Amino acid sequence: MMACLLEAPLRISVLSEVTATSRHYVDRLFDPDPQNVLQGVIDMKNAVIGNNRQKANLIVLGAVPRLLYLLQQSSSSLELRTECAVVLGSLAMGTENNIKSLVDCHIIPALLQGLLCSDLIFIEACLRCLRTVFISPVTPVQLLYTDPTVIPHLMSLLSRSQHTQEYITQIFAHCCKTPEHQTVLFNHGAIQNIAPLLISPSFKVRMQALKCFSVLAYENAQVSMTLVNVLVDGEQLSQVFVRMMQRDKPIEMQLTAAKCLTYMCRAGAIRTDDNCIVLKTLPCLVRMCSKERLLEERVEGAETLAYLMEPDIELQRIASVTDHLVSMLADYFKYPSSVSAITDIKRLDHDLKHAHELRQAAFKLYASLGSNDEDIRKKITETENMMDRIVSGLSESSIKVRLAAVRCLHSLSRSVQQLRTSFHDHAVWKPLMKLLQNAPDEVLVMASSTLCNLLLEFSPSKEPILESGVIELLCSLTQSDSPALRVNGIWALMNMAFQADQKVKVEIVRALGTEQLFRLLSDPDTNVLMKTLGLLRNLLSTRPHIDQVMSSHGKQIMQAVTLILEGEHSIEVKEQTLCILANIADGNTAKELIMTNDDMLQKIKYYMGHSNVKLQLAATFCISNLIWNEEDGSQERQDKLRDMGFVDILHKLTQASDPNLCDRAKTAMQHTPWWIEALMLWTPFGES
Amino acid sequence: MAELGAGSLLTGDPAFNYQEHELNERLKRLYPAVNEEETPLPRSWSPKDKYSYIGLSQNNLRVHYKGHGKNHKDAASVRAIHPIPAACGIYYFEVKIVSKGRDGYMGIGLSAQGVNMNRLPGWDKHSYGYHGDDGHSFCSSGTGQPYGPTFTTGDVIGCCVNLINNTCFYTKNGQSLGVAFTDLPPNLYPTVGLQTPGEIVDANFGQQPFVFDIEDYMSEWRAKIHSMIARFPIGERLGDWQAVLQNMVSSYLVHHGYCATAMAFASATETMIQEDQTSIKNRQSIQKLVLAGRVGEAIDATQQLYPGLLEHNPNLLFMLKCRQFVEMVNGTDSEVRCFSVRSPKSQDSYLGSPNLSPRHGATNAHLHNTGADSPTCSNGVTPTNKNKSHNKYTGVSSASSSPSSSPSSVNYSESNSTDSTKSQPHSATSNQETSDSEMEIEAEHYSNGVTESSTRIMNGTYKHQEILQADDSSVGNGVADDSCSSRQLCGGNQAATERMIQFGRELQALSEQLCRQYGKNATHKKMLQSLRICPNSLHSCWLWVRPPSACS
Repeated sequence: MMACLLEAPLRISVLSEVTATSRHYVDRLFDPDPQNVLQGVIDMKNAVIGNNRQKANLIVLGAVPRLLYLLQQSSSSLELRTECAVVLGSLAMGTENNIKSLVDCHIIPALLQGLLCSDLIFIEACLRCLRTVFISPVTPVQLLYTDPTVIPHLMSLLSRSQHTQEYITQIFAHCCKTPEHQTVLFNHGAIQNIAPLLISPSFKVRMQALKCFSVLAYENAQVSMTLVNVLVDGEQLSQVFVRMMQRDKPIEMQLTAAKCLTYMCRAGAIRTDDNCIVLKTLPCLVRMCSKERLLEERVEGAETLAYLMEPDIELQRIASVTDHLVSMLADYFKYPSSVSAITDIKRLDHDLKHAHELRQAAFKLYASLGSNDEDIRKKITETENMMDRIVSGLSESSIKVRLAAVRCLHSLSRSVQQLRTSFHDHAVWKPLMKLLQNAPDEVLVMASSTLCNLLLEFSPSKEPILESGVIELLCSLTQSDSPALRVNGIWALMNMAFQADQKVKVEIVRALGTEQLFRLLSDPDTNVLMKTLGLLRNLLSTRPHIDQVMSSHGKQIMQAVTLILEGEHSIEVKEQTLCILANIADGNTAKELIMTNDDMLQKIKYYMGHSNVKLQLAATFCISNLIWNEEDGSQERQDKLRDMGFVDILHKLTQASDPNLCDRAKTAMQHTPWWIEALMLWTPFGES
Repeated sequence: MAELGAGSLLTGDPAFNYQEHELNERLKRLYPAVNEEETPLPRSWSPKDKYSYIGLSQNNLRVHYKGHGKNHKDAASVRAIHPIPAACGIYYFEVKIVSKGRDGYMGIGLSAQGVNMNRLPGWDKHSYGYHGDDGHSFCSSGTGQPYGPTFTTGDVIGCCVNLINNTCFYTKNGQSLGVAFTDLPPNLYPTVGLQTPGEIVDANFGQQPFVFDIEDYMSEWRAKIHSMIARFPIGERLGDWQAVLQNMVSSYLVHHGYCATAMAFASATETMIQEDQTSIKNRQSIQKLVLAGRVGEAIDATQQLYPGLLEHNPNLLFMLKCRQFVEMVNGTDSEVRCFSVRSPKSQDSYLGSPNLSPRHGATNAHLHNTGADSPTCSNGVTPTNKNKSHNKYTGVSSASSSPSSSPSSVNYSESNSTDSTKSQPHSATSNQETSDSEMEIEAEHYSNGVTESSTRIMNGTYKHQEILQADDSSVGNGVADDSCSSRQLCGGNQAATERMIQFGRELQALSEQLCRQYGKNATHKKMLQSLRICPNSLHSCWLWVRPPSACS
């Protein structure tokens, strides 16, 4: 017990200031006469109210363990125990250090134990103190869940009084931080127990109950699905929330109710075209972004709105025309304003504190707004100084702002028009490249997928990015532990290789190294594998490039292709691989690598008879290229292939039900050399 | 929904009755402060106040275009039957686009009475619109500003006028699009305009539930204003409340020049009056001169008692001179009165009965507009002198004018007019009783300003301008007929008429000067325009005082 007194060196300095009166209060707690003890506690209560120094003094002097002892002692009178809880609650109201000391003295289990008492006044005093301790950021949330009997007991206390309702729901609202917490509360009937409190006569109770639902429903389908079916006084819960969003309700209530409905919608419990979302929740959140609201409310409103409409283009379209939202958000970047700097130090401080939060919230909302609709993207980029703001956001010190800015940039980079115009005009690639040099993974993921889009063939930024030594950087990304980064790295390389110069292709192969290339071909992540195959395909395009690459890496590539065709892979992967073979077959010298490989020819034959049309088609292309008769040695190849039975298969394929395949085979049969269109299948893989 | 209104022109139709009932209920709920007997709410489009290319159906709720629709010259608009009453606080209506027709050049918005209907809302002064083809907002201008999305067949567009802060926002399918206009003038009418064949829109003035939750918006403003009142800073000290209330009463009395009452109030409550007593009385006497139509004297008195005031407020001076011109035309003003036989006081005594004035408000909905044009335009002609040719467009007033001068009213006015000149010297000694009665009279006299004679003028302007102009020319061409002999300009005195014409020119010059100095001024322009439709001055002045081209 004394350990907690002396552990912090800071308290030693405080000790010197301890006054005799403080010591007197503590001494009285040890008086043999219980009546004197009670009077001592009451006097202490009156002495500490609103007096932070007194609180610190008493804690240093060891009042807490003694108060807890008295509180837990069954021999103490109920009055004394209650007064002890009140004093402890008062001590908790002080600084964060006070809370730390109280928690260190194991106040939580002691107070939770106290809740088992039957006296309501005492219970309320304990709950009030517990509430104050739990809502502090320094208290570990987990302490609420260590004893499994606590939650059910708290649920049962909900019916005791308005005070117990207020304190308990407030504790829940603050201590539900993870999916596990949600499940625990849900399993102990949080929804049924708390729902009736939404129509409590006490505003505080209604508000805290509402907050409980917002934390319970967040990204939780189980809770959300249950919530839609709950009735409160015969009314659907969603309608209760809608009423709480009415414009004459307090802002805090409107905002929290909007959050509840947003989370229920995102969890799939409410359709995105439901009136309560389209006509109520969305407009309410837009209102929260307006200049009239407090900075904190505007941040929360924008973030929630961004989350609400992220997956739904229709909501994005509606929001983009509601109350001039796009230009309203431009105001988020105007803090601290030049006026606040001069006139009011307090205001400046306040503005500064929220400036980062405001900016990142606005970027997030812009990102969400522009994620699908081309017109909205245009509207955003045309907002005053928008591109400049993104560019400077990319290099801000706050990581949250950087991340949000790059998200916004990514969202806008999905527009061909913007890539060609504003992205190029503002040279966004420069800060983006800088950001990629040294950033945490979450920023890297966003930045690199933006880079993927900037490297698309038609993007004017492609050239300068290439010159800035991006290849090395991307190759290093492919070695990352994060699958998302590996995908982005290889994806960007793939885009870069599309219709690229020989020089670039050689540089990519050199920088990546064949070893890494083949490691990627056996990557556990299918996405990585697909993009690597795409890269190979893009490298193996146009005849001179094919021959050049195959002459230096032919053996390994053929090996890899064999491996994939033999392995357990999806249709898409095998199709892509067969396309690579078809490209190889298009080379002058490279095609010999296939023709001399009977095993490979057998495989092609197998896929021509496969049940999947796509694979049949790809394999047929491959054969077409091999039989092409305008080249040297075509006669020999045709003979060999006829001997191997390919002509029979082609004949059969002319009867195929798939028109494409049928046409292809017919053409091949009628005019050997066959028509070859392997290249036409190629698509840039930039867009996802 | 639209079917509901379709065949419901028959009064016995239960669907119609139901809709009517629902409309009444909704309007009562939305606008509880509106007294519909004084200021009726818009319930349909006006079959009279529309361009000929507009067709109405379904209880005048459906609007369709029936012109050629070749270009913007074929645009056509229709106004609602009544303006939006100020007592609404917040007013809202919706328009559903039934068909966008050929090009969807539809405008939804607001306009003041008299704005050209051969146009889309928003293109002219005092006209505001949101257009479907480009989504732009038009604020009294031919060029729009980017505002919202475009709208087309199936969309429901709402228009909300906030009369608390004089702004307007639109909604599309229940979503607020944000503020479109600020600084709106009062007395606007809901207006729609169409421009190409096939365009059809349905209005909802409350017949059906609105798509946008306007009641929620209203509740926010109610809460806002309640909290503003609740948070109004009043000192905590004892008696602070009392001081505020006393100050309110006292400043009211001082402002209106109830000098003796204000003094009595001050001495009873032991408070001080900021303004000097003589100054109050001076103001009062100037006010009385204006109300008596002796504007020239009022201007002189003001210049003498408050030197510099009019010089610093050239616009106020201009307004007074316009008024003076009107008074000259009817022979009241001192500049022409000297030529006239009749005294102004005797004219005053012919002012209409005070009990009549409330009825003007009730029978004539356009009181605000036209009342501003000529509230005290008291011509000296008695009703019996009225010529038939004038009667044809005096309409309503003929009914109210005949019982106009009750004996009691004459008495009131008499005492009042004598007071106005004589009260000043011995007002310091006047006891409270007289000053109280003076206050009474004052109030009565003011309402008398809107008298039978001015009602006639109002009714004249109430009619369409086209009719008026047609009348103008007929009077002009048809040479001064009997009307001139009975309703004489400036009391029929030739010298006075010349002086008046001279004054009209000066006025024109003053307007041009102000225009050069301060730029265009819509109010001035309107004021000058209003002068030309003053019935008494028809064939002479309006030729002189054409709206100044320099300012248009």
